[in-house]
Amino acid sequence: MTEGIDWIARSGARAKGRRPAFFEEPALDRLYSLTLALAAELSATRERLDTVERLLAAGGSLNREDIENFAPDRAAGDERGEATRAYSARIMRGFQQEVEAMEQPDPPIMDWVEKLSVS
Amino acid sequence: MKQDLPPPYTALTRHPMMPRTSHDEAARFNFLTLFNRYVSGTLGAGNKLAYETRVLPAFRAEHGRDPEHRYEIRDAMNRDPFHRMWSALKRNSMEMRHMNGRQTVLRQLDELDAQARQFNEHSGLLELDASIAQPVYQTCVDIHCQPGGYHTEERPGDVTVGANYDVGLFATVGGALGALNDGGGQALVAWAKANKPDWQPERILDIGCTVGHNAVPIAQGFPDAEVIAIDTAGPTLRYAAARAAGLGVKNIKFVQANGEDLSRYPDNHFDWVQTTMFLHELSATAMPNILREAHRVLKPGGLILHVEQPQYGPDMPLFEQFMRDWDAFNNNEPFWSAMHGVELEDVMADCGFSHAEQFVVGVRAVVDPTIFPPSPEGEAEDYGRAAVWNAYGAWKAAPAQELAA
Repeated sequence: MTEGIDWIARSGARAKGRRPAFFEEPALDRLYSLTLALAAELSATRERLDTVERLLAAGGSLNREDIENFAPDRAAGDERGEATRAYSARIMRGFQQEVEAMEQPDPPIMDWVEKLSVS
Repeated sequence: MKQDLPPPYTALTRHPMMPRTSHDEAARFNFLTLFNRYVSGTLGAGNKLAYETRVLPAFRAEHGRDPEHRYEIRDAMNRDPFHRMWSALKRNSMEMRHMNGRQTVLRQLDELDAQARQFNEHSGLLELDASIAQPVYQTCVDIHCQPGGYHTEERPGDVTVGANYDVGLFATVGGALGALNDGGGQALVAWAKANKPDWQPERILDIGCTVGHNAVPIAQGFPDAEVIAIDTAGPTLRYAAARAAGLGVKNIKFVQANGEDLSRYPDNHFDWVQTTMFLHELSATAMPNILREAHRVLKPGGLILHVEQPQYGPDMPLFEQFMRDWDAFNNNEPFWSAMHGVELEDVMADCGFSHAEQFVVGVRAVVDPTIFPPSPEGEAEDYGRAAVWNAYGAWKAAPAQELAA
């Protein structure tokens, strides 16, 4: 590890320039940062698990170096890319469905409740 | 290869200076690459829907007219809940890219610095000048949220900022720049060779070269030419020169200099003056100063070329201008909006390149298509990041008296 520098502390250095507030409630901005970082970590963990499975399936044993140096061939790269894309789609479902709702807007459910209750 | 999937991070060429990524560091970049595409494509469509279905109608109701400037759209969209969420996602993704890049670089900085020192002591490709002051447009904010900008150091003589730029560019552009992040420079070489097959430029100047990912392919494409790549930021140049040396390139020199003052070079010195995705990182004062200097050092018959995202112009819908402007306000690119709003052709004309000498041409990153799919365009385009550019150029005419002679 790097001598004389706290590499973990320095890696989080802020970019100079005032950050926009995207929401009225500052806690919401922080929550987005936290949730997205966790999403990325889980994605990396899933990819690591895939690596472990592939190495075990291919050789039946594991060592740390093989995991760190694993570079998928094209077919494996595509499978992993598609898996990550599907993962993103799952965690982003709420956002994506909001876009869909803007595309095909519905009336409030009460409208239907009332319409369907009239004989 | 699936056309719509970017390649895995490990498809990047690991040149000698490229920071080594651990499994999970590469995996985080993979996530961010796909996430960026998702945010610009699938979710990006929501911005226009929100605008058309509620923001524009509300604007019309309030003002009795349509918006007349992209800033009016921005003010209105910044109150829209969907656009706020979308912006928060996009901003965080950029910040995460830098955090992951910096962790990767900083944990192995001893090795990177030692490697760079070794290359730079022996290659002769680096010429630093400590007297070069950092211009205000570089120091006022850290451009595109890159902590430390291009110009600061974690310790004297380090390469952190340059290495971080190189290691994470893949995620920012969705893998669209190719295995060495050099698809832009390769495109320029391909364009020049197709348009002027017999041209043999002897001296080429790249202004604002950062890590040299656009200048190095030009040096490789014209091995008989001498390429001078300048930047004001010493720490980035340190990495750039070592990176080029590691790639075995010899006909390039990285010089710390400010494009506003090229007095170290005589008039009519270069055959080609190039800037790539650079003008938008300047200021309204610096841009014409640089263009004037570029005109002075360019030989008659020489080529000047500026690769940029498209200028806004009167034909571009205001909503698209607003979307393309996002980086100016949310990604620390404070000159982006003004730069893309001017008539660049007029600015170039004021700096010596007559309208008759000028041209505009579309340029697309040249990458290995078996590994790297094309950058999404149209509705799915990640505005400001797509590897599809406009090049604003001019062939400098010979002075009238020489023509007459």
